[in-house]
Amino acid sequence: MELHNIWFVLIAVLWTGYFFLEGFDFGVGVLTKVLARDRSERRVLINTIGPVWDGNEVWLLTAGGATFAAFPDWYATLFSGFYLPLLIILVCLIVRGVAFEYRAKRPEEHWQRNWEHAIFWTSLLPAFLWGVIFANIVYGVRIGPDKEYAGSFFDLLNTHAILGGLVTLTLFTFHGAVFTALKTVGDIRIRARRLATTLGLVTAALTLVFLSWTQSHSGDAKSFAAMTVAVLALVAALGANMAGREGWSFAFSGVTIAATVAMLFLALFPDVMPSSLDPEWSLTVTNTSSSPYTLKIMTWLAAIATPVVLLYQGWTYWVFRKRIGTQHIAEPVHH
Amino acid sequence: MEIALAPETLARWQFGITTVYHFLFVPLTISLAALVAGLQAAWVRTNKEKYLRATKFWGKLFLINIAMGVVTGILQEFQFGMNWSDYSRFVGDVFGAPLAFEALIAFFFESTFIGLWIFGWDKLPQKIHLACIWMVAIGTVLSAYFILAANSWMQHPVGYRINEEAGRAELTDFWQVLTQNTAVAQFFHTITAAFLTGAAFMVGIAAYHLLRRKHIPVMRTSLRLGLVTMVVSGLLVVVSGDRLAKIMYDQQPMKMAAAEALWDTEGPAPFSLFAIGDVDRGHNRVAIEVPGVLSFLAHDNFSDPVPGINDTNEAMQEKYGPGDYRPNIPVAYWSFRWMIGFGMVSFGLGVIGLWLTRKRRWLSERLRTGEDEVPRLALTKDGELGPKLTTWYWRAAVLTLGFPLIASSWGWIFTEMGRQPWVVYGVLPTSSAVSPSVSQGEVITSMTVYTLLYAALAVIEVKLLVKYVKAGPPELTEADLNPPTRIGGDDTDPDRPMAFSY
Repeated sequence: MELHNIWFVLIAVLWTGYFFLEGFDFGVGVLTKVLARDRSERRVLINTIGPVWDGNEVWLLTAGGATFAAFPDWYATLFSGFYLPLLIILVCLIVRGVAFEYRAKRPEEHWQRNWEHAIFWTSLLPAFLWGVIFANIVYGVRIGPDKEYAGSFFDLLNTHAILGGLVTLTLFTFHGAVFTALKTVGDIRIRARRLATTLGLVTAALTLVFLSWTQSHSGDAKSFAAMTVAVLALVAALGANMAGREGWSFAFSGVTIAATVAMLFLALFPDVMPSSLDPEWSLTVTNTSSSPYTLKIMTWLAAIATPVVLLYQGWTYWVFRKRIGTQHIAEPVHH
Repeated sequence: MEIALAPETLARWQFGITTVYHFLFVPLTISLAALVAGLQAAWVRTNKEKYLRATKFWGKLFLINIAMGVVTGILQEFQFGMNWSDYSRFVGDVFGAPLAFEALIAFFFESTFIGLWIFGWDKLPQKIHLACIWMVAIGTVLSAYFILAANSWMQHPVGYRINEEAGRAELTDFWQVLTQNTAVAQFFHTITAAFLTGAAFMVGIAAYHLLRRKHIPVMRTSLRLGLVTMVVSGLLVVVSGDRLAKIMYDQQPMKMAAAEALWDTEGPAPFSLFAIGDVDRGHNRVAIEVPGVLSFLAHDNFSDPVPGINDTNEAMQEKYGPGDYRPNIPVAYWSFRWMIGFGMVSFGLGVIGLWLTRKRRWLSERLRTGEDEVPRLALTKDGELGPKLTTWYWRAAVLTLGFPLIASSWGWIFTEMGRQPWVVYGVLPTSSAVSPSVSQGEVITSMTVYTLLYAALAVIEVKLLVKYVKAGPPELTEADLNPPTRIGGDDTDPDRPMAFSY
């Protein structure tokens, strides 16, 4: 396989890692308002992702950095073209990171309430907007002969894209609910499981419509296979959740995310951003990629660093494997 | 008005604002990570409570600060694609690689182990928990290395060729990009300056408590650690700065000529202490100079000629075609001086402080103080500074605790603005780097949003820092001193509250 094709796969893998991991912490962020009934339940939810959300977010930075290095033109067109949605995402990620770290730094209830509102909105908006962005990437946007995005902000808000946004939002929230059921004890665990069932049904319906639409627009046999896996895994996640098998359910909701990302990237290949104006102007893996030398260095980097990263990130999840409940939350310390 | 609001101008302002703001947190993060790691190591080795209390106190301030450093850093990576897409297209092949290395090697390290450190107090064996903060410290330094290698390539491009057909720069030797002298010199200068920053912060806050005679054992320890770090890093800042300046004379003569407001090539060249220039006519109206010193700074002797602004501009016009290759000279001149001035005041204060608190055997009998007493500042073998002068020293330390931060900010403004009109020196002009598809309205929107958001976060951050500084080191609980992982027994109570929770 040629290096730029390998890098197309690796970029897909990085986005999969990002949506799998930050997907559930976005979901938990949304659930702080939807599922938690009181202050200590909100704290339980936030603490389930406390030790890991920061590491999860780095998958995005790596996806961005790798795209910059391996496909500079893709990076340039994507980030300058989708300026406003990305601005909103970046603002959310800034506020969200601060919210997690600062929320517990003062004991006053109103201080913590404000940061909890922030966590909800800054989890919800990116979860929705990433779907909007990826739906647009796959469906094609107005790209001119100079590789520049020629459309406007409102071109990005079409029906297909909004449906895509709802898919990522519900899918991540479902993934987060399953994660919550897996990581908590007591009443909150039972309610998380119940909510996951409802959410899972809504997600399944939306995902089926969105993926079929995308498939009929730009899919092939391989993307159809990935789509089938995504839908089946989602059904399996729902079934495992209803059977109370939380670990399995989480594994399957993870597979759903991975297969959905795979489906979108397979539908995309060999383009990286198809032009809706003229197929000649589409950005492809060949016309956006870096030189073979750069790709070779990057491949060495990925081959050596990725297993190490997976190892120590995996270890983090092992260290914090214990389920938590409201009884593990100490009373806030007054300074 | 139209020029002032041109997308290029706005994008430059945005880059300047977001980068200087981001860099308020970076040096503190780098140095505090290592200082906290050192304090925790001291606790693990000696088991003295004051080290644990110091670790928790400085660790809290470190966490408040790193949170801002991390979130403002996310923006930096995406800004290249958003506002500078033509830059990204032209240099991505070269410039993207160190960024990808930074993410994959350093960011993952930092962010994963910081989570383990925060939540791992009662989950990890003591030594592994200590290793986590060291991992964070190593991660921050690695991160600095890759980003400075990328920046150094913009200052002095090496290891690449221009591919005319593809219309871009392509990497030919990555090792050279990582190890070129500019990268190494910038790294040492930036890292040592970061330690000066953290040390001045530590000394200032320790002085604040000593002034009020509170938390004395913890603050004495912090004061000494801070002072030693300040003096060692201050010396290295000077040495590495001198080395970097010599490299700059060689690689970017225009930047250094602007830093000195040296209009015409002179040999021996004088060092300018104060100057008011006339940019249009290309000479200084007022100048106070020390003869020969600039030659020494550039070449290690007092006579060799140093190229001036006018001659360099002519040489560059010959090489690159007609145009004005002068950066903003007053900005370059004054930012260079403020960088050095603010840095040196801090370093000087550190030297004085270290001398005044030097080993007790230098002190007369009556000046020897017990562990719990406020250190009295001794001036001579058998005398001491009066209480009034001592108080003044503490006050000065509090007032100057942010000086190295100001110095760093001016240092970056000098480095980046002194390189103009180039974004990649001699290769790509800044005017060819902006995103053509991004509208004026979009840049204005994002700049307004970031500025307001950053201002709001600054208020919150400073208030939190002040609150935790004033609160002082926490009292230790039984659980702190004997976490379950330390006394060996497995967690016997499944419902025990977590040692740390959000």
